Amino acid sequence: MVVERPGRWGGEAIERVLLTDEAAELLRRLTAMHGPLMFHQSGGCCDGSSPMCYPDGEFRTGSADVHLGDLVVDGLDQPIAFWMSANQYEYWKHTQLTVDVVKGRGSGFSVEAPEGVRFLIRSRLFTDQEYASLGFL
Amino acid sequence: MTIFAAPGQDGSPVTYKSRYEHFIGGEWVPPAKGGYFENPTPVTGENFTEIARGTADDVERALDAAHGAAPGWGRTSPADRANILNKIADRIEANLELLAVAETWDNGKAVRETLAADLPLAVDHFRYFAGALRAQEGSVSVVDDDTIAYHFHEPLGVVGQIIPWNFPILMATWKLAPALAAGNAVVLKPAEQTPASIHVLLELIADLLPPGVLNVVNGFGVEAGKPLASSNRVAKVAFTGETTTGRLIMQYASENIIPVTLELGGKSPNVFFDDVAAAKDEFYDKALEGFTLFALNQGEVCTCPSRALIQSSIYDQFLGDATARTQAIKQGNPLDTDTMMGAQASNDQYEKILAYLDIGRAEGAKVLTGGARAELEGDLAGGYYIQPTIFEGDNKMRIFQEEIFGPVVSVTRFDDYADAMKIANDTLYGLGAGVWSRDINTAYRAGREIQAGRVWTNCYHAYPAHAAFGGYKNSGIGRENHKMMLDHYQQTKNLLVSYSPSKLGFF
Repeated sequence: MVVERPGRWGGEAIERVLLTDEAAELLRRLTAMHGPLMFHQSGGCCDGSSPMCYPDGEFRTGSADVHLGDLVVDGLDQPIAFWMSANQYEYWKHTQLTVDVVKGRGSGFSVEAPEGVRFLIRSRLFTDQEYASLGFL
Repeated sequence: MTIFAAPGQDGSPVTYKSRYEHFIGGEWVPPAKGGYFENPTPVTGENFTEIARGTADDVERALDAAHGAAPGWGRTSPADRANILNKIADRIEANLELLAVAETWDNGKAVRETLAADLPLAVDHFRYFAGALRAQEGSVSVVDDDTIAYHFHEPLGVVGQIIPWNFPILMATWKLAPALAAGNAVVLKPAEQTPASIHVLLELIADLLPPGVLNVVNGFGVEAGKPLASSNRVAKVAFTGETTTGRLIMQYASENIIPVTLELGGKSPNVFFDDVAAAKDEFYDKALEGFTLFALNQGEVCTCPSRALIQSSIYDQFLGDATARTQAIKQGNPLDTDTMMGAQASNDQYEKILAYLDIGRAEGAKVLTGGARAELEGDLAGGYYIQPTIFEGDNKMRIFQEEIFGPVVSVTRFDDYADAMKIANDTLYGLGAGVWSRDINTAYRAGREIQAGRVWTNCYHAYPAHAAFGGYKNSGIGRENHKMMLDHYQQTKNLLVSYSPSKLGFF
């Protein structure tokens, strides 16, 4: 299991994964319903390329996964781990991810779908300096 | 040109009910917890029916019905099972227009496609597996003069199937036809984005199957799909969807020691060698259409040719012609038979595609055409429409590596054969690919070298029964559309028989 640590640039930690306020609010509600949560970023078809949210430990991560970070949500006792398959991360690592939420009818076994919403990833390219400080250049 | 009236309106071939229950044990059964969810049409964004919201209790009830029916169904003669599949095919064929319009309303795709592809293919799949079952034979191995090994095909028993939303009826058929032919009882969960059309089909065929052989539990993945996929009462799970859920289903299956078949998508390369442009003839025209097929079904196909690789020597000319061809796509009312591209299947899918259009630009890919939502008027203004989009960029970009599942193709160039194969295989997936060349040797070598389960050669997006379909790499496990899928739904029973009266002599 590879645990990626945030890099630093100009004294600021560079996070690989961020969260919008709307997503944080939804995670508080979902935690009240399901207990502690985790994310695993999906690839592939249909509902792929979407972050799947599960009760913590429901999805077993292993040596084929990368731990991109822990999302701190105000009001929750423990942060929410964000994982991705290592081979997929090779193609994603130059982008900073932000977990957002949109209206929709999600799928897979992600816990938010019955609420009529869906987690969605928005992406920003790291600057060269950020990318270097993350150890990729 | 025909414009079908929307379901429920005067002159429409189909009327949806205001509510659909589960289909369990041959009956329509309300959900145990009493909940329902609204189902919108992507054509206008308006809700048109409500669907039973299944939970573990409903799944258990469906499994009870399936286990009650499985032994009898498994003993039904192949001739009788095949006849039932043929009757299902006949029923679909006789109601083709009704089902096509129902499917378009539920999913958003152009009725031209449901009329010409989804439903005719479903008819043919049931007939193919009826025939494949009749022709299937066990085998006999002569171990020695007195010892014979007999191999029998036996059904697995009760299987679980989770269906995607991009071809709701056809994908259900891909899974149901072989499972039922092989003698299994099924508990099936339709996608929550497109749960309605399969119930129109069920109403048409319910009388043909013994009660409990086919059970449908609606609902959300986490509430109904998970209890089905993790149940210790299913002998196999078949799933089409994405990689994380595919892995999770394998994890559940490992707890129960059962097999799975998975179809998890792709990022299919469509490779155009320079001799394609050797003449501006019928074949060149076909190749241009082959490029433009990325827009088929609004790009919501696991095998969408979403990466186009064009040889440098013809790059500008071919891409120019292909862009013009893409710009000629007629987008509009999905119920109009002239419409080539309809609506994306759901709002979240729509938002995800828009997010990829953003990241494509941010990574420096150039938009050659499209690149934005399509603003349609009138009732369609509330629907989920995206312009067919061509990006030009580099294979390392995320738009070249991730399945957008929308009408978006990412184009890049290659210098020679080796370069083409390197780019084509630089992907996590291996479901489909396309190779276009007038040179049989180039086409053959490329087809063998590309790591994908299906390489369309001088064609694309054909899905006939009798041609195996399934993935290499992260694209999944198993082969559908072919008699080998019967094996995925059967056990092998071996009787090892001695015809010798002599003892071994060991004891």
